[in-house]
This record gives sequence, structure tokens and C-alpha cells, in this order.
Amino acid sequence: MTDLSALPPASALPGCGSAAPVLRERGQREVFCGLTSIVWLHRKMQDAFFLVVGSRTCAHLLQSAAGVMIFAEPRFGTAVLTDRDLAGLADANEELDRVCVALLERRPDIGTLFLVGSCPSEVIKLDLAKAAERLNARLFPRVRVVNFSGSGIETTFTQGEDNALRAMVPLLPQTQAKQLLVVGCLADVVEDQLRRHFAALGIDPVAFFPGRRAAALPGVGPGTLVLAAQPFDGETVRALAGRGARPIASPYPFGAEGTTAWLAAAARAWGVAPERLREVTAPLAARAAKAVARHRDRLAGKRLFVLPDSQLEIPLARFLAREMGMALVEVGTPYLDRQMVAAELALLPAGVTLSEGQHLERQLDRVRAARPDLTVCGLGLANPLEAEGLATKWSIELVFTPIHGYDQAADLAEVFARPLERRARLAV
Amino acid sequence: MQLALWTYEGPPHVGAMRIAASMRDVHCVLHAPQGDTYADLLFTMIERHDRRPPVTYTTFQARDLGGDTADLVKTAVAEAFARFAPKAMLVGESCTAELIQDQSGALAQSMALPVPVVPLELPAYSKKENWGAAETLYRLVRTLLAGRAPAPGAARPARSGGRGPTANLLGATALGFRARDDVVEIGRLLAELGIGVNAVVPLGATADDIRRLPEADFNVDLYPEVSRATATWLERAFGMPYTRTIPMGVRGTREFVAEAAALAGVDPAPVLARERPGAAGLSASQSRLAWYARSVDSTYLTGKRVFVFGDATHAIAAARVAAEEIGFSVVGLGTYAREFARDVREAAKRYGVEALVTDDYLEVERAIAAAAPELVLGTQMERHIAKRQGIACAVISAPLHVQDVPARYSPVYGFEGANVLFDSWVHPLVMGLEEHLLAMFREDFEFHDAAAASHLATSGAAAARAPAPAAPAWTAEGERELAKIPFFVRAKARRNTERFAAERGLATITVDTLYEAKAHYGR
Ligand code: SF4
Ligand code: SF4
Repeated sequence: MTDLSALPPASALPGCGSAAPVLRERGQREVFCGLTSIVWLHRKMQDAFFLVVGSRTCAHLLQSAAGVMIFAEPRFGTAVLTDRDLAGLADANEELDRVCVALLERRPDIGTLFLVGSCPSEVIKLDLAKAAERLNARLFPRVRVVNFSGSGIETTFTQGEDNALRAMVPLLPQTQAKQLLVVGCLADVVEDQLRRHFAALGIDPVAFFPGRRAAALPGVGPGTLVLAAQPFDGETVRALAGRGARPIASPYPFGAEGTTAWLAAAARAWGVAPERLREVTAPLAARAAKAVARHRDRLAGKRLFVLPDSQLEIPLARFLAREMGMALVEVGTPYLDRQMVAAELALLPAGVTLSEGQHLERQLDRVRAARPDLTVCGLGLANPLEAEGLATKWSIELVFTPIHGYDQAADLAEVFARPLERRARLAV
Repeated sequence: MQLALWTYEGPPHVGAMRIAASMRDVHCVLHAPQGDTYADLLFTMIERHDRRPPVTYTTFQARDLGGDTADLVKTAVAEAFARFAPKAMLVGESCTAELIQDQSGALAQSMALPVPVVPLELPAYSKKENWGAAETLYRLVRTLLAGRAPAPGAARPARSGGRGPTANLLGATALGFRARDDVVEIGRLLAELGIGVNAVVPLGATADDIRRLPEADFNVDLYPEVSRATATWLERAFGMPYTRTIPMGVRGTREFVAEAAALAGVDPAPVLARERPGAAGLSASQSRLAWYARSVDSTYLTGKRVFVFGDATHAIAAARVAAEEIGFSVVGLGTYAREFARDVREAAKRYGVEALVTDDYLEVERAIAAAAPELVLGTQMERHIAKRQGIACAVISAPLHVQDVPARYSPVYGFEGANVLFDSWVHPLVMGLEEHLLAMFREDFEFHDAAAASHLATSGAAAARAPAPAAPAWTAEGERELAKIPFFVRAKARRNTERFAAERGLATITVDTLYEAKAHYGR
């Protein structure tokens, strides 16, 4: 079903000027803050520890988002500010240094310590950049200390990842070599698959950012082609461009079509012969298309409403509309980074309602009025909407499960088909 | 600054949310950033609420900080009032808004809404969730009963005649451990005594239910962490006495029946007489615990080592049931509820153990490892600790996870609650006869270490054993002998022997050391 020739080349995609009108809303936003990104970032970078400098709320959020506890001592934690710290800033700096040093003494396996800013630390203007500098003077090179913001006043959910990676960009060594740099946190299994695809295309070397070890930093420079695997890593991509790298515009590797387009964009930029691209991708795309077809029956013609949350909304809506045949009622996104999703917007069916930001109650009114067949939303909303008779899919599953690439396309489709399949089975 | 990896309690505004989410016509507005909306999922996922908690967040962002964040509060309050038409509103702040000092509560009060508005002060940098719940309930009750209390020193107005005695059940909340079923069970128990339930607050309550609180004869302080502050105020302001006994376990329930009957002026004898210790399972007795505990097959429960940790109320009561009603040995007792530390310390003395008062999860984990219990009664955090250490576990207290909110009726208070405790604590253990068989046939291939007791769904994953620093080394024969000990006590035998050897400065552990240690620790 993925006929590559039917897709416009990525470079010819229209910019934001031609995109559909956007409904902009302000009001209550029912979204996670950027701290949530830590839940998957710490799994990916096995030599890193994420220390949130924040409040009991931040600690509680992380624990609630992480859901099931599996680790006695996870590689994340919160330095909880107390009344004492608020009394005088000098004190808070000393306290932070003490907590970090004690932590690193107990965890000799940690090579990179991320100090993560939160709303409270930012409101009291606790300078984590300075703290990182201080600690680096003391601990580098055994441990490198990096800081970024995951606060709810600055970031939404997956933006935490963007900020974490953005903070690492200045640390990347300079290189002149020609290379492909894939940006975005991916499950190891997906990374391995994509590596095999690139190898088959003759694209080599390929680096992934972030890698499995925070300390193993890829190089960057004028020979670097940057291919984003996640639509929310815009600041990172722009920072890499600032280091001389050349970003490749492309749809994201969701579904057979998206993955082919994504590989094609890389292949074109690298100078891979079109026949080679077709040779490599055609059988993979056919396999993926066959696998997703199983779920198409369940999803085709069904009406989809996507609430803003993970920032994956637009690429996923494109996949569900074009490959699964779903009808899009409204696609919400916390913020619209037009540069990052230009190629996706061009693929969305005409007439779709895009919304940016949120006024939760008004949006739920629209959900109730439209009565979609499937609503993608956060965990706090799913059961209440189910109780109103609406099928839901919680968006957090989309960042915790491998969904990129050809061989996950069917899993991705199933994530959306399962709630409908389940409703069809239940007779109570 | 305190390093937290996992926390037992959320921030105090989550306590306020628990009060709002428990009630039917109260709405809460929180001045908070967008990420704080995560707390909704505690209710809709863990407790599977079929409606959103009645909470509106202002979700201010950094770009609002320069401007008028206070305006956001007013807009949020006005919109929430218009949309949800609550009978009372709670207005508070989370940790971040506390820092920007918008005085949200006062702002909301200044809006002159036609319903009571309760401003909440929830010091996020010193207090925690249960305190927040207690404070919110107390403030709400005070506000709704403002001007209703008799003058100090004046006699309490007589109850409206023509009806029997009544009580209020205080403290049951959303996310409270088994609160949903406990209030039903205690309501039934009171009904058997001829005592009516005037109001259950806050679980399922309306603002008007709170207004009716003073009509009851007394209050039942079901969950002191949440309701003690309110119960003491009602006693001071309205002369309403409240119960001190926690009706958990057969003994706790019998004492509660006697206490409630005395407060209501009714006779407890008919109820108590029916619940005779030792009454057979086929008798009229509703509580089977006493008989089951005396049943000969329960002999194997004698002296099983149990470690108890939770909120103060459940931990103290569970330790008592474990010791007095099941015949376990309490080898550890602790709480994360510092406000009630004194009560827990007192209780711990009865079992000759030092109370563990901490909210540091790692400290609890270390204490459990050191105590080497056979059963852990704890929160969902201790469930994880026990799983890693390969120890049986039952949950007795919040914080909960979704599996601690069963579909079936499962109170832990009252006589039926005692039955539930017996089942849920004994079930995770290896059963008596099975224990003998395992010991006798331990060489049998089906009884190898990985084979769990047959009635257990999964074998507890063998815990990775971190050797203590400078641990004495096992000789080969010592290890072989250790391997002959049944797997479910082997970890304990290993720990005890190593401790024994370390304390005596032995460099190696031989077969003899093993048996000397066994003699030393043997009970
Ligand atoms: S920079 Fe961004 S906003 Fe401006 S035209 Fe390009 S895509 Fe549109
Ligand atoms: S929104 Fe802010 S205060 Fe709340 S959890 Fe996120 S960083 Fe912490």
C-alpha cells in the first residue's frame, strides 16, 4: 500500500503557510510536564542518573508516571526542596552539592548526572547551570554534570527529552566526517532494526542520539545529516544545525508509509540510488503493510479524536488516517512546531481540525458532541470517558512502547485497534 | 534538601484532592502548573473512578508569571463554578503557586460566590498528603458549620427526639485503604447495635451531609490520619465524643462495639455474645478468624516472623491482629506517618521492637532485610521490597496500587474485615502440610528451589543477594549443607548464619557455624 512515488519528495513539501487553520485554545491543559520524559530517558541511557531538583509533587509525579516500581534504586530521584532551602539560596546550593556528591558516592556506575529543573527550582531561580558548572569542576571527568529544564511551566511531557538532548549538544565533539545522526530516544530493538536498514542502504556511519550510554557522545559537524525520529526534538535539531549539521525534513517513521518516507529522505540526502532504496524498502514495506492490514478492518472508517499530550499526535493521526483509513475529527497538540511537522501536515487529509494548546472543558464538550469511535487521551481522562461510553486509548503507552519502524507498524496499529477489539468482545 | 526515590505520600494538595474526589458536590480549584494534573490519574486509574476528580487547575506557565497569574485563578474559579455548580468550593495551591504568593484562597473568597469558598493553606515544603487531607476536611467542616456551634460552656442542644442514637463515620476517603468497604461494614455493625449512621464524611458525602454532622450522638474516628483533627474539633465545639478504638481484628472490633455502645447508651451484649471466640465456622458467628486461628492446621502459623509497615492506624492494628489473633511474632513495626509516630513507638514496645519511623523507602528495605521476616504486611512499596527479597507479602495500608482495590467486597474493619485479614495474610504463606512435605522431600526434583508452593501463582523471583561488605566466606560443605535447607527459609538461614559469623569475627562458615547459628537464633 505504500507506493513511494505517490509521496511528494520531502524537500518539496509546503511550509506552514499552506497548512489547515488551527484552533488555538487557552485554558486548563491536562498534560504531563517534561519531567515525565525521565521515565524513558533513564532506561535508555544506562550510565546516567536524573536528579530532579524540585518538590514532593515532582517526586510523586515521576512515581505515578513510572507506574509499577521495579527498581529498588532507580536511576532517577528528586532532591526535594524543604522550608530550610527556601529560607536562603546559598543554603540550597550547598545542599544540592551535598545531595549530588552523596548520591554519586553510592552510585559509582553513574557517569553522567542530569540536574533537572522543575517549576519550584525555576521560580526560586535556583541556578542549575551554575550548579552543574560547580559540580563539574569537582567531579569531571569521572562524572559529567548536565542540566536541563523539565518544569511544567516551561515544558510539556516529551519536551523534557528535547531539553535533555539539547543540553548535550554543546558537549558533542566536532567532526568533519560525513555521517547520519538519528535524533530521538528509541527503544534498543528499534535502533537495531533501523541500523540494519541504513546498512542495507549503504548509509554508514550512522549514530543515534541519545545512545545507550550518555558518555558515548556522537560527533557533529558540517558533514552530519540530522534525521529526527521524534517530532518533539525540535530544539535539539535546531541546536545541531547551529553546530553545522544539516537537518533532513521528513515525515516520521510511523507505519509503513512513514518509515519508507523517512528512510527515503535519508537516502536522498545521502545520495543513495533510487533503485537501491526501492530494493531495500519495498519488501520491508510490503511486510509491514501486510501486518498492519490485520488491524485495518477494525479501524477503517472509525472516527478519531486526539487530545493533546505527547506531541506525537500529528504523525500518528497521519498514520491512522492514511494507512488505517480512520476519519479524523480533531487532532490536538500541546504546541505546533511547524518546522518539525511540516512534512506531516502536508500528508494530513484536507479539512482536518487541528487544535493547539487546550481548554480542557471546552475540548471535552467537543468530544461529547462528536462522540468519536476512539479518543486518544491522557490517563486521567480515559476511564471517565469510557464511563461515558467512549472508547479511549491512553497516549502514555505511545511513548513507553516501541512503535517506530516497519516491524512495529502492526504493534502501533494494534495499540489503537485493541480498545475497539475489546469492546467488541465484552458482552457485559 | 532531601533525596527521594519513591515516596509514601504525595504533596498536601493531593490530600485536598482526596477530600474533593470523595465528595459529591464539592469542587476544588488548584493554582498549579500543567504537570500537576498527573494527580487525576491516581483516582481514575488506581481506584478506577468513573468520573474525573472534581478538580480544576489553573495550569499557569512561565510566560504567565510576568503578568497576572492571579487573574488565572479568578477565571478558573468562575468557570468551574459556572460549569459544575458545586455546593462548596475548595481553593488551594500546589508547591509552585505557593512560591508566587497569589493568595488564591483570598482571591476566590473576594469573588463573592453564592456558595461557601474554603481557602486552603497547604504548606508544600513541610507537610504531606495525609496532613493535607486532614487539614482540608477540617477546614471544610468548620466552614460549613460556621456559626452553628453552641456558645462555649452552653449545654449541647438535645438531639431531635423520636429516633434512636446515631453516629457519623469520619475519615473514609478516596485512595484510603479499603475505605469503600469499611464504611459499609461498620455501618452494618452499628445497625446491629441499634445505632444509625447519620453521615459518612467525606466518602460519598454532600455539603449538606457535613451540615448535618452535629445531629449525631457521636463520631467514629475511622481513619485518624484524616479525621482526628475534625473529630477533636467537633468534640470541642459541639461536645460530640468520638471513638478511640480502631475496629480492626476480632479484638479491636469487640472493643469498638463496647465503646460505641457505651457512647450511644445501648447494650453491646447481643452482638458480642454472638461473636464468641472459638465459635465454629457453621455457627451464627460472622467472624471466622478466631476459629480458623484455633483450627489445628493453623499450628504452622505459630511464631512466623512478620514485619509491619504502613500508616500508623493500619500498622498498629495489623501488628496487634498478627500477634494476638494469628499467633505471629512481630519482628518489625513502623510507619511513614510522623504525625502519629508516638503511638507507633508505644505499640512497638509491646513486641519488644524499635519502631521504624521514616519515609525513606531504602531505609525500610534495609530494615526488612535485617529483620528477615517470613511475611511483610505493608504498603504497595513493601510489596515491591518483599518481592525482591523473595518474602511473602500482603498489603494493609495506603499507598495503594490498582490490585489493592479489589472488585469484591473486602473490608478490613469489623468482623468480616477480620476474616479478610486472615485470608489475605495466610494465603501468601507456604501452607502447613506443604511445608512439611517440602522439608521431607526436598531432594525431590519437583521440590527444587524454583518450584513455588502449589497454591501460589508465581514463584517469588529469587532475590539477588548483595553480599554484606567483608562477609565471611562459605566453605563448600557449608554451602552444600545450606542447600539442604528448604528454599523458603534458606535466605533467612543464610543471613542469620552470616550475621552470626560476622559478629564473632569468623572468616569462614563451616557446617558447624551453620548449626551453631541455627541453635543461636532457633526459636
Ligand atoms: S520557519 Fe516555521 S513558521 Fe516560519 S515559515 Fe517556516 S515552517 Fe512556517
Ligand atoms: S509541573 Fe512542575 S511542580 Fe508539577 S511535577 Fe512538573 S515540574 Fe514538578
